[in-house]
Amino acid sequence: MRDLAVQGAQMLLVLVLAPLLLGFTRKVKARMLRRRGPPVLQPYRDLLRLIRKEAVIADNASWLFRSGPYMIFAATWVAAALVPTFATGLTFSWAADLIAITALLGSARFFLALVGMDVGTSFGGIGSSREMMFASLAEPAMIMIVFTVALVAGSTQLSSIAHYTLTNASLRVSLGLALVALIIVAIAENARIPVDNPATHLELTMVHEAMVLEYSGRHLAMIELAAAVKLLVYVSLIACIFFPWGLAPPNGDLAAYATGAAAYLVKLFVGGFLLVLFETSIAKMRVFRVPDFLGIALMLGLLGTLLLFVSRSF
Amino acid sequence: MPVAMALTGVAVLLGAGLLGIALQRLPGASRLVYLICFVACLAILGVACAELLAGTLPAPAMRLPVGLPWIGAHYRMDALSAFFLVVVNLGGAGASLFAIGYGQHEKAPGRVLPFYPAFLGGMNLVVLADDAFAFLVAWEFMSLSSWALVMAHHTDPENRRAGYIYIVMASFGTLTLLLAFGLLAGSGGGYAFSEIRSAPAALPGVVLILVLIGTGSKAGLVPLHVWLPLAHPAAPSHVSALMSGVMTKVAVYGFVRVVFDLLGPATWWWSILVIGLAGITCVLGVLSALMQHDLKRLLAYHTVENIGIIFIGLGLALAFSAHGMQAPAALALTAALLHVFNHCLFKSLLFFGAGAVLNATGERDMEHLGGLIHNMPLTAFAFLTGCTAISALPPLNGFVSEWLTFQAILLSPALPSWGLKIIVPAVGAMLALSAALAAACFVKAFGVTFLGRPRTPVAADAHETDRASIAAMFAFALLCLLAGILPGLFIDGLAPVTQALVGARMPAQTALPWLSIVPIAESRSSYNGLLVFAFIAFSTLLTVEIIHRFASRAVRRGPAWDCGFPDPSPATQYTADSFAQPIRRVFGAVVFRASERVDMPPPGDARPAHLSVIVRDLVWEAFYAPIASLVAGSAERLNRLQFLTIRQYLSLVFVALVSLLLVVSIWS
Repeated sequence: MRDLAVQGAQMLLVLVLAPLLLGFTRKVKARMLRRRGPPVLQPYRDLLRLIRKEAVIADNASWLFRSGPYMIFAATWVAAALVPTFATGLTFSWAADLIAITALLGSARFFLALVGMDVGTSFGGIGSSREMMFASLAEPAMIMIVFTVALVAGSTQLSSIAHYTLTNASLRVSLGLALVALIIVAIAENARIPVDNPATHLELTMVHEAMVLEYSGRHLAMIELAAAVKLLVYVSLIACIFFPWGLAPPNGDLAAYATGAAAYLVKLFVGGFLLVLFETSIAKMRVFRVPDFLGIALMLGLLGTLLLFVSRSF
Repeated sequence: MPVAMALTGVAVLLGAGLLGIALQRLPGASRLVYLICFVACLAILGVACAELLAGTLPAPAMRLPVGLPWIGAHYRMDALSAFFLVVVNLGGAGASLFAIGYGQHEKAPGRVLPFYPAFLGGMNLVVLADDAFAFLVAWEFMSLSSWALVMAHHTDPENRRAGYIYIVMASFGTLTLLLAFGLLAGSGGGYAFSEIRSAPAALPGVVLILVLIGTGSKAGLVPLHVWLPLAHPAAPSHVSALMSGVMTKVAVYGFVRVVFDLLGPATWWWSILVIGLAGITCVLGVLSALMQHDLKRLLAYHTVENIGIIFIGLGLALAFSAHGMQAPAALALTAALLHVFNHCLFKSLLFFGAGAVLNATGERDMEHLGGLIHNMPLTAFAFLTGCTAISALPPLNGFVSEWLTFQAILLSPALPSWGLKIIVPAVGAMLALSAALAAACFVKAFGVTFLGRPRTPVAADAHETDRASIAAMFAFALLCLLAGILPGLFIDGLAPVTQALVGARMPAQTALPWLSIVPIAESRSSYNGLLVFAFIAFSTLLTVEIIHRFASRAVRRGPAWDCGFPDPSPATQYTADSFAQPIRRVFGAVVFRASERVDMPPPGDARPAHLSVIVRDLVWEAFYAPIASLVAGSAERLNRLQFLTIRQYLSLVFVALVSLLLVVSIWS
């Protein structure tokens, strides 16, 4: 029973914190650009307003268009529920390992790309097509990162990986390569600069925004929330694999959970800040430069895996 | 007893073929023949399932007094053949059910009805055969009957070309298998599988290469795959489903039977050959599939990719068992065989969907389709399930077998040989790449065909397909889901097979709490499809309920927004080619030497602008074109022999005689 409560708390926590992280990054970015920026809580207000509005959908939109946002959100949310945020060894954490979490996010993207093509506008198609092109490099890169981490820790279970990092903390070449690769993948998957610009509209370079162009009201809210949760998932993944300090052990007491939650908040804000710092210091790339950028991640992941196949001590 | 029952089923199938000849002109003939096939396949499926689960295999062999005099033909059912009987007859039953409806629209039933049951019977016989002679005869029977089905619509010159290339490749494949069995039997000539098993083969490495060519050409391993994307789409759709979903699996059976069972202990370099070829097959197959805009050809190319995934698993199993690591070998072999089963399900399902589309619109070209989800909602739903499953997305079944393959790769650093240490991670990257590209490929296939606006009037006027076809599609979609959320049952079903072939099995899965699957140990890796599915379903319903109850459920329909500039013409949508353009630019420049040429007329010129894309098939150019030109050239040169004078002929005969006598005298 208590395990279920902790699992439920984790699911609620990711849902509550995701818009906050988004609002925080927007605020910091605005400050770095010497703007005042919207309040940190603005994403919550946007979401609330969106879900109360009626949804305007195109005449020829199908059932997939209407059910897609919920499926996308659910798949992302489930992936987020499986990543240890403040505690390891959650009840359902053995239901899916890191490969399955990657694939769950892949499912969400699959449906996002499909709904982008549903209305049959050129913008939706361009978004879907480019998203799948990015994914065709980002996903293998992610699998290679998983391989590297799994070969070091001897497990693809996130709880076991976090436990390994906590007990055998040491600097390793392969883990360094994996960290850099994972950051690149996270930037690309979350449609951040330099791959895509989350703040842009009406530009031919946009990818994520082009796919969701036809959405409004509660459907748009679901997709926006899914995007926010996805950002949170990637920051949590980096924190859990490479910086698991503070995570509460399985069956910990309340104090351990409180420490875990506090440490998690700190990690989120540090991660968000570093992301914005990187974003403001780099220019957006041309679409066909992105494969090179993602290719670096793939090569780093492959290199990490190869090194570990050659010797376990790298 | 089970062998006799299975053979009776085959006899019924062959009888149905004869019935097809006799009744071809009657209006209800196709329904009757397909119904008989459906029942016969279900019966064999039931026998094989019962035997596999009861664990009483191998059943005693049977000898039929057909074939070579005094030897006869031997048939036997062990765990491996029982599993493949399940695959063959599950695919066969599904295709027959689909064809009960779909076959009604066949314009020339006389060209399909006799060969379809024969094809099914031939595949069953390959799997049941217990001596080289019965195996090869059944193999050739399967090839020829499927060739006849490819040629069913022979008025299309493209189909005739496909049939020609297919029969050349099939004959070549059988030739190499013949040589392989010759080497296996040795000079003693013991062609029964039990004799081959007990005697060590001469030159096992050569046998492996011959078998890899022979079965690989049927399965579609690169570079022997060229016939597959031509021949599979040319046949009627239910036959395409059988060829792609089932016949390629029979080829995999041939490989497993010879290499894991008959050939004796493995050597490590074999696995390098298999894994390397399989990795290339994966990537090249899926990239070629992405370049297609013919729906059935796209599916056929994608079969090539899945064969690559299966052979990666088989290669890993070879590598592990060559180094005496039984448990990982069992894991890799289970992954490969589970993918055999899964691919049979979703590829058949997708071909059924393509058949329904073809039936409703008369179009295979995706560029002429679009928006079918509105008029064909059931087909669209089933096709979408198949697309999700084949793209290896949880919680469906394609993900489980790929996940197991990844787990097997993660165990391979323990392999001692350096060649494997280098090639396995590279192939792992190729597998991951092809999984991601497969998702892109099926977003394209579903998005362009079923979503968006209809591109032609035929697509706008499409109608839902008949009930039997829908039943077949939904049965397979349901099986895809079941195999995805309860993989433990299927993995345990494979345990006797791996036990017999590599001497180990994966840990019993159904005993685990919550029906998770655990390849090695729970702290290492585990996956629970049921829980993931329940989790997703629960959170979807919860979200929908909360939003509709507490927020808003109002919907207004309006014209598409499209950034304020909606274009009324459906031609402005993304097409199949434009969807694949970014991927073609990233990967195609290397793999296909793809290039684009833009012909932009100068101002004042009234010519339309023109964009042409050139995609080259390097495999064809490197392997097949030289052989073809060599054969054509030498035939041209030999042609001159027809126009010699009588004196020249006489001297030719004289020279031939003398040289033959010389050879004979030197020989002895």
